[in-house]
Amino acid sequence: MKELVIISGKGGTGKTSVTGSFAALAKKAVLADCDVDAADLHLLLKPDIQEEHDFYSGFEAIIRTDDCTACGLCEELCRFDAISQGRRNACGTYRRRPACSDPEKEPFYIDPFACEGCGVCVQFCPANAIDFPEALCGKWFQSQTRHGHMVHAKLGIAAENSGKLVATVRDQAKKAATAADSDWLIIDGPPGTGCPVIASISGVDAVLVVTEPTLSGEHDLLRVLQLANHFKIPAFICVNKWDINPEMTARIEDASGKAGATVLGRIPYDASITQAQIQGLSIVEFNDGAAATAIKTLWESICQKMK
Amino acid sequence: MKIAIASGKGGTGKTTVSVALAQAFGEPICLIDSDVEEPNSAFFTKPEIESTQDVTVPVPSINRDACTSCGECSRVCVFNAIAVGGKTALVFPELCHSCGGCARICPENAITEQPETIGHISRGQAGHITTFEGKLNIGCAMAPPLIRAVKKAAPQGMPVLIDAPPGTSCPMITAVSGADFVVLVTEPTPFGLNDLALAVETVRKLGLPFGVIVNRSDAGDDRVVRYCETEKIRLLLQIPESRKIAEAYSRGDSLLSAEPQLADRFRTIIRTIQSEIAQ
Repeated sequence: MKELVIISGKGGTGKTSVTGSFAALAKKAVLADCDVDAADLHLLLKPDIQEEHDFYSGFEAIIRTDDCTACGLCEELCRFDAISQGRRNACGTYRRRPACSDPEKEPFYIDPFACEGCGVCVQFCPANAIDFPEALCGKWFQSQTRHGHMVHAKLGIAAENSGKLVATVRDQAKKAATAADSDWLIIDGPPGTGCPVIASISGVDAVLVVTEPTLSGEHDLLRVLQLANHFKIPAFICVNKWDINPEMTARIEDASGKAGATVLGRIPYDASITQAQIQGLSIVEFNDGAAATAIKTLWESICQKMK
Repeated sequence: MKIAIASGKGGTGKTTVSVALAQAFGEPICLIDSDVEEPNSAFFTKPEIESTQDVTVPVPSINRDACTSCGECSRVCVFNAIAVGGKTALVFPELCHSCGGCARICPENAITEQPETIGHISRGQAGHITTFEGKLNIGCAMAPPLIRAVKKAAPQGMPVLIDAPPGTSCPMITAVSGADFVVLVTEPTPFGLNDLALAVETVRKLGLPFGVIVNRSDAGDDRVVRYCETEKIRLLLQIPESRKIAEAYSRGDSLLSAEPQLADRFRTIIRTIQSEIAQ
């Protein structure tokens, strides 16, 4: 079984459109969406959810206001500016509880969005007034699609630990692919170079970087290729909408080669990709236009290279 | 005034909008690029870089002579960044969140915290725009500490625009929290709408006022506009799809250099937000 991740560095270059097409083209593939905080692959693959699992990860510190002696040690120790005396709103302004007449005795409050879940306040609170329950960060799903089994997830609103949720999705998808004796595990990756990307690519057989012929696309591609090199993962690249700027496309392909990546294809600008998306289809299922043809050729090249 | 520009989905035009707002403002303003994994705004503002500084986070260092391998540090670390094996404790810096718990708990005072570089911030000037860009080192997993640092770098009292990272998790939340207003940039497609709805739920949960800009507004269908109507969300602007804009973007030319007539629209948006915040 070969594990391939589609990433991009820069967002919005066409990762999900390419992944959706690969799903349709591959035989015996398991699919995974590791872009857990802005997941879109399900909009093309329309998964029929068969199992739903809660995803708990990390902890959240909560002060029991009745037990808080307002000593202020937690605020002093918190490295994440998450603790303040009195409840505050997202803009950092304080809203004193009218019930408390003495501002000195006002209990402390932890902003759940700023809390890192490190537990330092819990450990050192002299009054033992801080609870530390496990945090529910989202859900992950085992599903069936018209192109095979799919594992995907939904990060809770304003939840943390997307890297660990990514690792869970990959792990489960790998198990499903092994159990089904699949030829492929095809993963839609997140943008960027940080924690969710690292969790998506570490230990895979290859990454395909989908980029666009722009200065931003070039910059972000080269950073993500450095990341692939850092983890010693073979990288393929493909320039989407290459004809928007042919000179930039040539420059990016040249720079990618020098960075040790293999240039595998170009996809022309094709407005019907958006039309396919509106229909909930991958472009290769929607028509035989220029982009669909280019993606089919790209998939064949990948099959050859990863044999 | 602090306005954050965010999106949910990547590649919808956050940076394009951030730069256009900064350029249209016409008075001294800070533009903070907090998409530290992939910062791009400098391609369009082309600032003269005035200074660069490393950003570090404290990471524990074990004094092996003093360590008795009692295991307290490992017990207190919820991130599994310290393990005790054999005669001493071992640190895994890439897992460390720099909370300081281990150094404080160590009964032998055998742990000191040493600075570890995670990236850098550069400050520059482009006409009336003072730019701050954070760039995360490759292989470094945690963006939020650098995002917090680049947000703090802007001088107090100046109006600020924050170009946020994509998504709706920790990096995006760190970037937008504390803003007076969030501009959400999207595109009129199923992907654009799905991720806009996630971003809307996120900023609502954070309690931040927001409005929406639809980019490439004629490239898909009317689902985003209908969603905004249903949800009673203010539509700030629609920017039509144009090959001219796409080509300008690919070269690193700003939106307002390709379509100067849009400057008035962006000026109106930023003045409206400014006067609302002042109230």
